[in-house]
Amino acid sequence: MARTKTAKSGAEIATDMHPDLAFQTFTASKDQLLEFYKQMLLIRRFEERAGQLYGLGLIGGFCHLYIGQEAVAVGLQSAITPGKDSVVTGYRDHGHMLLCGIDPKVVMAELTGRAAGISQGKGGSMHMFSVEHGFFGGHGIVGAQVSLGAGLGFAHKYKGDGGIAIAYFGDGAANQGQVYESLNMAELWKLPVIFVIENNQYAMGTAIARASSEVHLYRRGESFRVPGIQVDGMDVLAVRGASEVAIDYVRSGKGPVIMEMMTYRYRGHSMSDPAKYRSKEEVQDMREHNDPIERAKKALEAMGVGEDVLKTIDKDIRTRVSEAADFAEQSPEPDPNELYTDVLVGSY
Amino acid sequence: MAEMMMRDAILTTIRDEMRRDPNVVVLGEDLVGGMGTAGGPEAIGGIWSTSTGLFGEFGADRVIDTPISESAIVGAAGGLALAGKRPVAELMFADFVGVCLDQLWNQMAKFRYMFGGKTTCPAVIRMAYGAGYNAAAQHSQAVYALMTALPGLKVVLPSTPADAKGLLTQAIRDDDPVIFMEHKALYGITGEVPDGDYIIPFAHARLTRAGEDVTIVASGMMLGFAEAAADKLAAEGIGCDVIDLRTTSPLDEEAIIDSVEVTGRLVVVDENPPRCSIAADITALVARRAYASLKAPPEMVTPPHTPIPFARELESAYLPSPDKVEAAVRKTLAWK
Repeated sequence: MARTKTAKSGAEIATDMHPDLAFQTFTASKDQLLEFYKQMLLIRRFEERAGQLYGLGLIGGFCHLYIGQEAVAVGLQSAITPGKDSVVTGYRDHGHMLLCGIDPKVVMAELTGRAAGISQGKGGSMHMFSVEHGFFGGHGIVGAQVSLGAGLGFAHKYKGDGGIAIAYFGDGAANQGQVYESLNMAELWKLPVIFVIENNQYAMGTAIARASSEVHLYRRGESFRVPGIQVDGMDVLAVRGASEVAIDYVRSGKGPVIMEMMTYRYRGHSMSDPAKYRSKEEVQDMREHNDPIERAKKALEAMGVGEDVLKTIDKDIRTRVSEAADFAEQSPEPDPNELYTDVLVGSY
Repeated sequence: MAEMMMRDAILTTIRDEMRRDPNVVVLGEDLVGGMGTAGGPEAIGGIWSTSTGLFGEFGADRVIDTPISESAIVGAAGGLALAGKRPVAELMFADFVGVCLDQLWNQMAKFRYMFGGKTTCPAVIRMAYGAGYNAAAQHSQAVYALMTALPGLKVVLPSTPADAKGLLTQAIRDDDPVIFMEHKALYGITGEVPDGDYIIPFAHARLTRAGEDVTIVASGMMLGFAEAAADKLAAEGIGCDVIDLRTTSPLDEEAIIDSVEVTGRLVVVDENPPRCSIAADITALVARRAYASLKAPPEMVTPPHTPIPFARELESAYLPSPDKVEAAVRKTLAWK
């Protein structure tokens, strides 16, 4: 059994981790914490609005919201180097994209299937991409992005550009075979990849203990010699502290790392999931006692940040998200001929 | 007879076969869900509600909630089948065939042949397929043409609740591996379903409309499009035979040839892209076996040779429709 300690959030966090990867909670300045807070709040408000637009029928298909998990991507992506590092993830991808610096307007317009969407309306919520922002998708097949992440790491090593690849996946995807093929190759070739397991406790609708024989997912790399660390993913400062250590390790050429982020999604697996497999009390308890945004807010207040400042931030973000939603609703639909474009670089 | 939805016809057929034969087991993702509480609020019963209540009745030995591991799900079904069980495995979406294709294609499809007839592989792999829900390129594909191209598999496409029961009963009792494809748009349609033991043998197509002018071949969601077009044309005195294949492998060739020999005109409606599709396959069949009867070139109503787009308007343009079927019928009639 893994040795554990109880984090401030109440989560059991493992302590028997790789000595090179010992990490401390990040000590943020007021400005830094304000920035993390803004980023988390932007994702939260964006996702809330996406959920509303889905409910109104303006977004169709599958839409997976990131609400509850914001601290994971904010803590990690605030520590990477934009323009140098690469990010790839699955279908719960809106938050990661916003943090890559992608305009909320073109993300929201993709969700509504408009020509101005980042994939020209042809990909939707699950399938978005932007090389110029270092974001390599947005992938719909569970676990497929993990192998792609190994390839991105290979490219960084081959090019010698000093960049690293961040490959996000969930506790459910952690049971796909290609994840292990990728871990083996990444360690064998010392690829600069951080494999980020966003452990939100449910593989779609099945509790982790019913889907995983080893629930300490940070240990999933042991037989490949890939070290792992477990992090309180509801605490943006813990994530940031762990990420700095992991990034240094990977960037220095020592090979890949697994970061298991202990987190929780408040909504269903997707908008079409009523989430009847867990109790309302369980979700409510997490929201009340462990919300990453509320925690950051309390820390800011303790630093002397006034309510007026926080209110202004909230108002600005709501305005930004409203502008994105208006853009997404008002943009024209794709030209019918787009059905036939971009199947290939060439043509049939 | 009882009126029920297709999803309930599938659920009750699985349940009845599990009651009849202790060798029948089911496995798939989120079939139970949550913490595994039988029949409680945590039970999902599969996202298509085709497993609801099975865990409570048959328990964890026979209703196996799997991790998200399609290769191992289908591989385990293959192993169970080699050992004499009758697994009914579920892929949540037919697109995930891409994850586990080796186990379907190189393993279970080939066991009997390459082992010189020494084994059977009585596995059923159920999967939800089809477009129309803005689920985009990786959760909408029809896939059955790909499955049909693989020797050693049988491929079933039920189009009504009654057929779902009759064909699934046959699939579970069949000694060969069967790909059982359920269109997402059909789970909620209702129809009369026979009581008791009801089996539809494979390669027995069903004539759902009779006419002497044009033969329309379609299955799954495409069948409804074909019937809608045929009904509209019938009001103008144009008669269509509408043939629901029920199974694409094995294929009821005679039903198609017999009809085309009367009508001399063929329209095939297929949800797969046109290249190497069921439409192309049946067109070639008719060209070879009923050439002399043809009064017009066969028409194929299929999506274009593209992935499936997300935006509603593009997806509508992608899919066949009753109007497209009607236009194809008129084209065969206008040919001189």
